[in-house]
Amino acid sequence: MSTQAPEASAPEEPRRGSLSSGKGRLADPIFRWVVAACGTIVLIILALMVIRTTSEAWPVFVKEGFFGFLTGEEWTTGSSRTEITGTYGAWPFIYGTLVTSAIAIVIALPLAIMVAFYITHLAPRRLAKPLSYTVELLAAVPSVIFGLWGLHWFLPNVLRPFFEVLESVLGWFFLFEGPIRGVGYLAAGIVLAIMILPIMTAIIREVIAVHPIDQRMAAYALGSTRWEVLRKVVLPASFSGIVAAAMLGLGRALGETIAVLMLIGGSQSWGTSLFGTGSSMASHIAATFGEAGPEARTALMAIGVALFLVTMIVNILARVIVWRLGRMTGDAAV
Amino acid sequence: MRNGRSKLAVLAAIPLLAAACSNGDEDSGSAATTDTELSASLTGAGASFPDPLFQDWIYSYGNDVQQGVDINYQSVGSGAGIEQFLEQTVDFGSSEEFLGEEELAAAADARGCEAVQFPVVFGSVVIAFNNPDLDGLVLDAQTIADIYSTEITSFDDPAIAELNPDLDLPDDEIVPVHRSDSSGTTAVFTHYLTTEVESWADEYGEGKELDWAPGLVGGQQNDGVAQGISQNPGGIGYVNQSFAQEAGLSVAQVVNADGTPIEPTLESTIAASEEADVPDNFQFAIDDIGGDGYPIAGTNWIFTYTCGYEQGAADAIIDFWTWALTDEAAQDVAGELGYAPLGDELTDRVIAELEKTNSENGDAEGAEDDAEGDDADAEEGADEE
Repeated sequence: MSTQAPEASAPEEPRRGSLSSGKGRLADPIFRWVVAACGTIVLIILALMVIRTTSEAWPVFVKEGFFGFLTGEEWTTGSSRTEITGTYGAWPFIYGTLVTSAIAIVIALPLAIMVAFYITHLAPRRLAKPLSYTVELLAAVPSVIFGLWGLHWFLPNVLRPFFEVLESVLGWFFLFEGPIRGVGYLAAGIVLAIMILPIMTAIIREVIAVHPIDQRMAAYALGSTRWEVLRKVVLPASFSGIVAAAMLGLGRALGETIAVLMLIGGSQSWGTSLFGTGSSMASHIAATFGEAGPEARTALMAIGVALFLVTMIVNILARVIVWRLGRMTGDAAV
Repeated sequence: MRNGRSKLAVLAAIPLLAAACSNGDEDSGSAATTDTELSASLTGAGASFPDPLFQDWIYSYGNDVQQGVDINYQSVGSGAGIEQFLEQTVDFGSSEEFLGEEELAAAADARGCEAVQFPVVFGSVVIAFNNPDLDGLVLDAQTIADIYSTEITSFDDPAIAELNPDLDLPDDEIVPVHRSDSSGTTAVFTHYLTTEVESWADEYGEGKELDWAPGLVGGQQNDGVAQGISQNPGGIGYVNQSFAQEAGLSVAQVVNADGTPIEPTLESTIAASEEADVPDNFQFAIDDIGGDGYPIAGTNWIFTYTCGYEQGAADAIIDFWTWALTDEAAQDVAGELGYAPLGDELTDRVIAELEKTNSENGDAEGAEDDAEGDDADAEEGADEE
């Protein structure tokens, strides 16, 4: 044991421990170093990825300028092997990522809370267990299956008729302007919502389940309805857990690739109508990486960097919102 | 030692001669390497467009011709195929675009010897649609370009009506569908529009991916395009002929350079490839096709190096592609899958080019020898490994 310890980059402490006393003393520092190493691995991997992609993408940022790259609307790939000859503006893809993720979270969050509340509080015992297993099973379905199912069945049979109703009622509103092509931001966003639902439900269910029962009973005793109990007792107390669930779901939505690729309609332009076709950052990388020459690959790396940034900014924004809300409601949220 | 090995090789080859003869390989005078057992493990990577055919070929070759040769082809895409070839992580590369001067220079630089490139199959890109009322629809380059630049928006547009005087055209809105992933199919299709239609060349140009007009529908892979076509009443899209054939899609006739509307068939693709003028460096595109040729056609190239292979691997590469290009059954499979084979004259030229593979290797003694010598070297190479 003691001979292995120095390898875990802890040359001083363990040896001292082994001199002064027995095994019990030694185990603690070793464990501490092992855990610390595991913890830092995450940071190291992240740093390596950021450094590598940024350095590979550097020529594109140099040519377009950092903000030019983020806000440019034209994406034309050059085929040079040595220099950057095309025009690279990633805004259509950034927009696609943000819009589809926003749709997904707006639909999935309330749904996940309702499902979790039903499973933990309302469903009969016989139903609660199988239901929660089923939801977890949904989390294990590969995204390509969601994509295939979405494209071949869900889109033509459910979404398209729904879109047509939506357009006939709300067509005057810029978000729901026609024409309807089937695939597009909304189709991708809705399937994304289904995909992030299980993981969010699972976490929210756990959070709600540990909520002390006497608080709820007290609320019922005061004459609250179930809705009031959910809204005024359970949700505020579980706020931080629900936010954590939403962040995980959002993270998956921002980075989801193949299902979005199959459903978003893959155009390089963007529009405000949710029925319109576009691309997300991840889907554009996946769609063009296989055929990309050296220059195109550099540009795709730049999208990767942008995706990383967007994810980070969205997460920070979410934290800030939670922090402010938490302060307002007097809840130590995050 | 060399003599001893040669004798051994000949002895080893005797039982195999019978098998080789029954293969019906009459015209393989150029490289009768099938009469000895090759042993090699090859990797190739590149275009996805010929992948179904390559997999079929590789399977038949490994089962019926050379059990000792194990080939692994990965359809990672043309771009990745070229990159992996230049990085020398694969034995051969494949692409729907030939290597330009820049890439050839990069290849020579990386390996220290020239790269060899040669075409192996042709394929057409067809205009597919889903509306049975439109069976027999005729389009020309100008109308296709106008459809994809959303200048023609309905099927009863005068430009389409003029080409289809006998057809009762519906007033459905046209929904053009394109590939959203970057693909050689898009490259062939947009290359055709760029050469034929000036306004298209100015506005959109050609490439594996394009900044399409807004409002078009993109589909992931051929399947995504097929879904886009079938889920929109006025859907129209371009796919490989082999895919359209498999999926049973209706396809449009396209007017060629002689003004004749041509239906995309195997015959018309072969006719197109025969119209093409193929230079000695095999850098060509199938443009301005007239006669009976279907005008939207592309080529798939294979790349190898003139040096740096183990002799066994080089022999296996040459033998496999010679077999694929000359064996009757192999060529029949190509036709069944919707790929057009090379003509006879072109096949001979391609095989001559193919045999340059590994010809400049440091140990060049065997490469220029006759078939018998090659066999001996193959054995030697295998032994040395």
